[in-house]
Amino acid sequence: MRKLAIPAGVGIVLASYFFGSEVLGNKLPQPASAQAHEAYSPLALPTGDSPEAQLTEVFARIEQNRLDLALQQAETLTERYPNFRLGQLVKGDLLLARAQPISTFGNAVNAPQDKLADLRAEALARLNAYRSKPAANMLPSYLLQMLPEQKYAVVVDAQRSRLYLYENATGAPKLVNDFYITQGKLGVEKMREGDKKTPIGVYQVVGNLPREKIGDFYGSGAWPLNYPNDLDRRLGRNGHGIWLHGTPSNTYSRPPRASDGCVVLANPDLDALSSHLQIGLTPVIIAQNVEWVSQDEWQQERKAMLSAFEGWRLDWESRDGDRYASHYSHNFSADGSDYNAWTTQKRAVNAAKSWISVSADKVTMFGYPGKDDMVVVTFRQDYKSNNLNNTMMKRQYWKKEDGRWKIVYEGAA
Amino acid sequence: MPLRRTLTALACLSLILGIQPAHADALQDAGRLYRQGQQAQALEQVDRFLADKPKDAQARFLKGTILVDLGRNDEAKAIFTKLTEDYPELPEPYNNLAVIYAQQKQYDKAKQALEQAIRTHPAYATAHENLGDLYARLASQAYGKALQLDASNTSAQSKLALIKDLTTTATRPGSKPAIEPVKPVEPSKPTVTPPATPIAPPTPTVVATAPKPEVVKPAEPAKVEPPKPVVETKPEPKPEAKPEVKTADVSAEVTKVIEAWASAWERKDVKVYLAKYAKDFKVPGGGSRSAWETERHQRINKPGKISVDVDNIKVVADGAEQVTARFRQNYKSASLSSSTTKTLVLVKRDGKWLIQQERVGG
Repeated sequence: MRKLAIPAGVGIVLASYFFGSEVLGNKLPQPASAQAHEAYSPLALPTGDSPEAQLTEVFARIEQNRLDLALQQAETLTERYPNFRLGQLVKGDLLLARAQPISTFGNAVNAPQDKLADLRAEALARLNAYRSKPAANMLPSYLLQMLPEQKYAVVVDAQRSRLYLYENATGAPKLVNDFYITQGKLGVEKMREGDKKTPIGVYQVVGNLPREKIGDFYGSGAWPLNYPNDLDRRLGRNGHGIWLHGTPSNTYSRPPRASDGCVVLANPDLDALSSHLQIGLTPVIIAQNVEWVSQDEWQQERKAMLSAFEGWRLDWESRDGDRYASHYSHNFSADGSDYNAWTTQKRAVNAAKSWISVSADKVTMFGYPGKDDMVVVTFRQDYKSNNLNNTMMKRQYWKKEDGRWKIVYEGAA
Repeated sequence: MPLRRTLTALACLSLILGIQPAHADALQDAGRLYRQGQQAQALEQVDRFLADKPKDAQARFLKGTILVDLGRNDEAKAIFTKLTEDYPELPEPYNNLAVIYAQQKQYDKAKQALEQAIRTHPAYATAHENLGDLYARLASQAYGKALQLDASNTSAQSKLALIKDLTTTATRPGSKPAIEPVKPVEPSKPTVTPPATPIAPPTPTVVATAPKPEVVKPAEPAKVEPPKPVVETKPEPKPEAKPEVKTADVSAEVTKVIEAWASAWERKDVKVYLAKYAKDFKVPGGGSRSAWETERHQRINKPGKISVDVDNIKVVADGAEQVTARFRQNYKSASLSSSTTKTLVLVKRDGKWLIQQERVGG
């Protein structure tokens, strides 16, 4: 069972509603607040009338012990979104509370415990995300360099069951919107076909399947991602058909962990997101826990990466074998060659030239979520030399080794 | 208030003209026939009475009640609706209107009508109990939608109690003398939780502690599953799933315990009555056990005969050592007659079934 943390700002009434009254003892679980997130004050009522905002208001009223207002709000919510199962459950509790004392979340007779647990997890995920938004000056560390034509980027935080939509604004990426999402039944780090996990990595929207073509189960549309990407393939990961998609018509949303690996949004949320997605352009970065950095840290990181990349380009142009090789990790591999084979061959080629000019444009740099400090750099390389000219799309994976960025993989993109 | 004046005027008029005993008798006859179950004849009588006195509230109320029994709900609804318009301060027509709405599954209207009944008469016990039943029913409807349960399976589909007599008219001049004043008397416990009650009384809860088995389900079905009865949606191989209990035996045992409990209550044997409750009985509202016991003592020992009968007992095993029993509880005392759905959760302790939870509603 996934550990459920009490969202920041949740008081004792709500806590005991979700978890039963044993938390009323002297040991109230500590709120899962991260510094990168600003919690609203406990009783702050949400603004806006999204179903999530309305649900949050219901919870805020419960916290205030204004069960009458909570019920009113729950009734408004379920009238507008009758398929919002979580809303219906909370409404059921509030109605039943008028007839008899209730002890905790979901008092239905014979309620299937697995479904209750799913709804509780959804409630906490929504409440947590809604009540603690990323602080204004914090952003995901991943969006280091985007193309001007990449208008938006998508960042998914699996732990928070949340998808963040960022605008590629001047200065730094800007948060536009964020949505509750469903991930794979068995969580993240997809390895194999059928493992019911969501992949972690840097992907891209590569298509769009309209509602009519895919059937009700996928809701208002689907946006396939390029899983497995070249790194996944190199690491032997397989499977396919990882999509961002909507929700069947019989439910407003699905539990936090329910898909076969896809990232699932409520249909209205998917519709809101869809207008920002560009096939072949929009990055979709899926992380287990998004790493949040301040704008200053982000600038530093970005500068360091740009300068490492520029160093590599200049050192290649210098035709100095040692300087060029210094940018490659000893763990380097390209298709069919390791560090020694690669550097030996490159030394020979570079030494034989009288001049080399390398320029790069269309550069994107995305931090790669996961255990390692890794950045994937994709660019158009324009190579010219005394006897060969070549233009190609190239991809490099850079990894920080002893404080220095080194290339661990390089190949055509 | 013009209505009251009209009534008073009518009363004066009948005084001047002299009360025609035939009329009063006709209405009494109708009531007697109705109580004897002779609805058709009762209706004939009351119609005859109304032909002369079309505005008589008692007679109209009785006619509405007879029509409900005859299943002529739409006509009954029209009568009770008109009564609520003519006498907005009377709770009974609202209550009976709510009963009809509930039968027609128009729960929101039923709720409004009951809330109106309570607004006009805050201590009206039947309306409170009906409202409790109704909230429980609305809740189970919402749960059905939330958990895709078959709503008819999740709650006792108890009928709300129809009020048979118009009693609160006693408060106004010109109307029939009171049968008895309606007092906030002993329903077995408060049925409506005040809105500001904290949602969680300090009781341990099964839900929060039950470990969620990470059941690996088959691949996502790309189809909409029709709602199924609860029993079928349970995954079979759950270790903590309900064990096979010899339902018939347990059901008989538990029924006996409930009958003994009702009988002790009826004969005011508080000691035996209280002994039917488990040590860890969840006191409604979360108060202390001793305060609750004292209160039960006082209530049960109030002067006057009590009659408690239970019927339609349904026992569902929640496990080898726990069952949930639902039944109709018909309670009569000097001051109150009520018929409600009751739910008891009983647990087996040292071979004896004891009440661990008690609530009104399904």
